[in-house]
Amino acid sequence: MSFLINNEMMREIIMDHYQNPRNKREADDSYISVYMDSTSCIDKIYIQMKEENGVIKDVCWHGNGCAISTASTSIMTELLQGKKVEEAKKIMEAYTNMIYGKPFDENLLDEAIVFINTSRQPSRIKCATIGWRGVNRILNGDDANE
Amino acid sequence: MFDVKKVRKDFPMFKNNPLMQGHNMVYFDNANTTFKPDCVIEKEMEYYSNYCCNSHRGDYDLAEKADESYEGARKSVASFINAKPNEVVFVSGTSLALNMIAQGLKNRLSKNDEIVISEAEHASNILPWFRLQEEIGCKIVYVPLNNEGRVTEEGLKSVLSNKTKIVSLAYVTNVLGYVLDVKSLTKITHEAGAIFVCDGAQAVPHMKIDVKDLDVDFLVFSGHKCVGPTGTGVMYGKIHLLDTMPSLILGGGMNTTFNTCGNYGYLASPNKFEAGTQNIAGAIGLARALQYLDELGMDNIQHYEQELKKYAISKLKTIPEIIIYNKDAEAGIITFNYQGVHAQDMATLLGSLGICVRSGEHCAKLLPNFLGELATVRASFYFYNTFEEIDQFVEACKKGCDFLDVFFD
Repeated sequence: MSFLINNEMMREIIMDHYQNPRNKREADDSYISVYMDSTSCIDKIYIQMKEENGVIKDVCWHGNGCAISTASTSIMTELLQGKKVEEAKKIMEAYTNMIYGKPFDENLLDEAIVFINTSRQPSRIKCATIGWRGVNRILNGDDANE
Repeated sequence: MFDVKKVRKDFPMFKNNPLMQGHNMVYFDNANTTFKPDCVIEKEMEYYSNYCCNSHRGDYDLAEKADESYEGARKSVASFINAKPNEVVFVSGTSLALNMIAQGLKNRLSKNDEIVISEAEHASNILPWFRLQEEIGCKIVYVPLNNEGRVTEEGLKSVLSNKTKIVSLAYVTNVLGYVLDVKSLTKITHEAGAIFVCDGAQAVPHMKIDVKDLDVDFLVFSGHKCVGPTGTGVMYGKIHLLDTMPSLILGGGMNTTFNTCGNYGYLASPNKFEAGTQNIAGAIGLARALQYLDELGMDNIQHYEQELKKYAISKLKTIPEIIIYNKDAEAGIITFNYQGVHAQDMATLLGSLGICVRSGEHCAKLLPNFLGELATVRASFYFYNTFEEIDQFVEACKKGCDFLDVFFD
């Protein structure tokens, strides 16, 4: 995918998800929910997920964040929707590797490739991973339903 | 007036000028912390290199020298705020001081009493009072802010009653930068029979403070915001309050005696509040820092910062997308946003152009209720900043809409 996408397109994708975030809604109590905030920035985001028989039936989020955290969380929810948990974990691993500048399988990441430059912006790693860390916590059963 | 170019030569951070992504560093995060001049660093180093002994604990000459310097620092700090040395307690900073005061005043409070603060306060002037609310059930009451976000005499009068026991307010608020009329507010507080605690963290570095003239019961501030070492600060209290207040921290160097029955006695203030080995180098450095400010002249510092602020506001006003939340505030703090750009994205953009500012809630997590804005960008000036730096800052602000460039450079 990176062969076909240039900086201008990446910028447009981030702006589009920032201005029109996908899957931004509050789900009911049947979802597992985690609250993600940070001491160093303003982002406050709830990630909510419904899993059935090892499949992510739905993942959504609500809250407030900067452009990078909003767009990265929005893109993540689109990417993980309907995936098997095992697939989701592989996608998450690829994303994390990309963010930290390690080799990764770009075929798994689709639009999330727009955050490829994050490894050069260490101060934004928290922003670009806030939603992903939330899903990781849910899948690992950490702090669920807090 | 001082010569800013000359002043900057006193600071290793300017001499070393760490480049920020290839740009000259412009440091506008002074409400957060400040740079240290050589004289402060040398003073601390001198202690560590030449008479590194504990205070109040030795019977040899070098220990005597440490004592003299530490107590000399106290005298010097006391005179800076026009207090007596035994009214000046060295602490690690404003946060510890406010916790010590809240816990120290606890035994004066009961269930129906009220503590008055404002929504513009820093976390350190809110949470210690929340703790008292939890512990004894007293009530926290908020002074209504006027439409600018300022605490006024009328506002304070409207919440004072015979239930009010403590009023605790920032002399200069850390997000909006309004300078309160502390003298009048203290008078009104005293007429209501309450104690006035003044959080001077954003005031002491920038203006002349005279605790006797203000008549505040407590004044607290941090050393690192006034070119002093990190981990230093002061709790000033009127002596009759310090004398009757228990110390939050107990241990060596603060007691007269103790026995197996569990009885113990306090030394007199300030020692009763300074258990354990203190930040001796820090205290000596802090005294040197305040002396440095005194040599520049607090009135000169305040005047110069106001000129910087006026200039910055006049320039920023020419950028239509910039929203300024406190253009009429007296302190050198500008809180703003770029329309349509999240504060953190803006701060990252500015950082990529060499400008250090802070974004977020600035530890004042109740203030968004008032501002109607979750996050803001804060630029805060000090006497070593220049008009040229403001030009660089304003040019960078014009690029707000390109905030994603940082991501794709």
